[in-house]
Amino acid sequence: MSHGVNVTALTVFLLFFVAVTVIGFLASRWRRAGDAQHLDEWGLGGRSFGTWVTWFLLGGDLYTAYTFIAVPAAVYATGAAGFFAVPYTIIAFPLVFAFLPRLWSVARVHGYVTPADFIRGRYGSKALSLAVALTGILATMPYIALQLVGIQAVLDTLGVGGGANANWFVKDLPLFLAFAVLAAYTYSSGLRAPALIAFVKDTLVYIVIIAAVLYIPHRLGGFGHIFDTAATKFNTKGANGKPIGSMIIAPKAQWTYATLGLGSAMALFLYPHSVTGVLASKSRNTVRRNMAILPAYSLMLGLLALLGFMAITDNVSKGAKGFNSQLAVPQLFTDMFPSWFTGVAFAAIGIGALVPAAIMSIAAANLFTRNVYKEFIKPNATPADETRVAKIASLLVKVGALVFVLGMDKQVAINLQLLGGLWILQTFVSVVGGLFTRWFHHWALLAGWAAGMVYGTWKAYGLASPATKHFGGNSAPIPGIGQIGYIGLTAFVLNLVVAVVLTLVLRAAKVTDGVDETSPGDYSAEPSDPEPTGAPQPVAAH
Amino acid sequence: MSIDPDAPQAPPGPLPVITPPRVLAAVCLLVPIVAELWVSSYARLTPRFDGIPFFYWYQLLWVPLSAVFTVSAYLLITREERQRKALRGGGPR
Repeated sequence: MSHGVNVTALTVFLLFFVAVTVIGFLASRWRRAGDAQHLDEWGLGGRSFGTWVTWFLLGGDLYTAYTFIAVPAAVYATGAAGFFAVPYTIIAFPLVFAFLPRLWSVARVHGYVTPADFIRGRYGSKALSLAVALTGILATMPYIALQLVGIQAVLDTLGVGGGANANWFVKDLPLFLAFAVLAAYTYSSGLRAPALIAFVKDTLVYIVIIAAVLYIPHRLGGFGHIFDTAATKFNTKGANGKPIGSMIIAPKAQWTYATLGLGSAMALFLYPHSVTGVLASKSRNTVRRNMAILPAYSLMLGLLALLGFMAITDNVSKGAKGFNSQLAVPQLFTDMFPSWFTGVAFAAIGIGALVPAAIMSIAAANLFTRNVYKEFIKPNATPADETRVAKIASLLVKVGALVFVLGMDKQVAINLQLLGGLWILQTFVSVVGGLFTRWFHHWALLAGWAAGMVYGTWKAYGLASPATKHFGGNSAPIPGIGQIGYIGLTAFVLNLVVAVVLTLVLRAAKVTDGVDETSPGDYSAEPSDPEPTGAPQPVAAH
Repeated sequence: MSIDPDAPQAPPGPLPVITPPRVLAAVCLLVPIVAELWVSSYARLTPRFDGIPFFYWYQLLWVPLSAVFTVSAYLLITREERQRKALRGGGPR
């Protein structure tokens, strides 16, 4: 409860935070090679990360602090429906196994830093590339903001949030400090900082979750008792006469569960920060191996989700003023663990916010620099100019996220992050389609993207929930099928249909197509294959 | 092994695009996806495992299983790629 400051826990938390800060600044000297002024160095860590570094980096990147707070919170609030994160991450890796190696290869051959770079090269279309870049930035911003929400939940539980009656400055000072430090080392070290810090973060996360799953059920009377308590809670009728949750997915909710899992899995590796992590690896097989070993994190996520049920048994909401389900896991840790270990657990969540926030801001900065600044503002920018602009952009992105969290209701950030997944999924046809075929016409892809964005946003706008009047959910009836499904996936199907039909029309009308600078061999190129263009690599032709 | 810049449209090697290892790898990747999307196959409470309802432990079990399938796909694909390279006459690198 937020009665006072938990000194032991806070001290441990701060020790880890200081250690990580030192690592973040020292990271700029780690594996330094090549031309330090090149964007490949700051923005992709020199494209040099091997299997294990990539594993820690991607794990630290994809499984964010917000995940650690939100997944158990969803299970705590609704039961089985919140568990969809598990099928989602199970589906994601086999799914992307098929196309990420191709993206890696073509990006290596042509020096692409962002997914929008690839679109520009593949379709020769500035408009489509800009659409993909802006979608990426738009989807990433609220995601960074949510990392702050994760830190806030921990700080509140530690008692340093100042409580509801503190003035806003005292309340948010710790958050300011954390973010200022993060911004400083991301600026100086680039992607190397989160890559190195990810080692600390992931190790802590594994220790904390394994300890929690072994220790907490023992204290709460075993899993049998935990699930029985949860079943009792979810059988209780809510204000509208319906049960507030369920232990398994009812037949009419199964489409929602499956489409949410599939749609989220398809979206996962379209996010700019995921692509950044992938392109920073040193070979095709590094990427493939990681698809096979990243499920280790999914197992952690699944066990973490079970903490939501433990929070029910622990009755975490008792007597806490201003309790919301986001606080379920931090409160559970406080109740169950000795103070010093609570500090470790909170450090895991706090650092778990810093790593993805750093990578996301780098990815958004790369997009801005390559696909807006260089494309439209200063076409003759040198690699050193690019690095300079990207560093400044990464700062602005973080400030934007901070203003977002402090200035607006937290619910807005949560709504926008849900929308972000829906939006980023609308780049699937262009990016993944483009990795396999050049059949699509770029104007058709742009129209499909626009159709998906508008339809998805409009549908989501119409959804109300107890917490919010608009954007209150992510699923709606699927036209023609009559089941309830994930809006993002319905929008994706519409997007695909529009792209196919318009491509047929445009091809029939013989509308000129853009120039494709890639060749089929580029999509299976290995790191040691010579540059087919003979240009000094990486190519910075556009 | 180099990519011939003069013949970018040529198929990558004498092997056809669809080969048995590639099909098998695709099946390995599809199995976990289908298993997870088939929600009605696991939306039930029993049998419990150590008190955990079936719905939860079954999905958790699929995490390591999916990794096994992905590793199989990885082995199939990398072996096949080596073969393709050798057939293209590049020799070992």
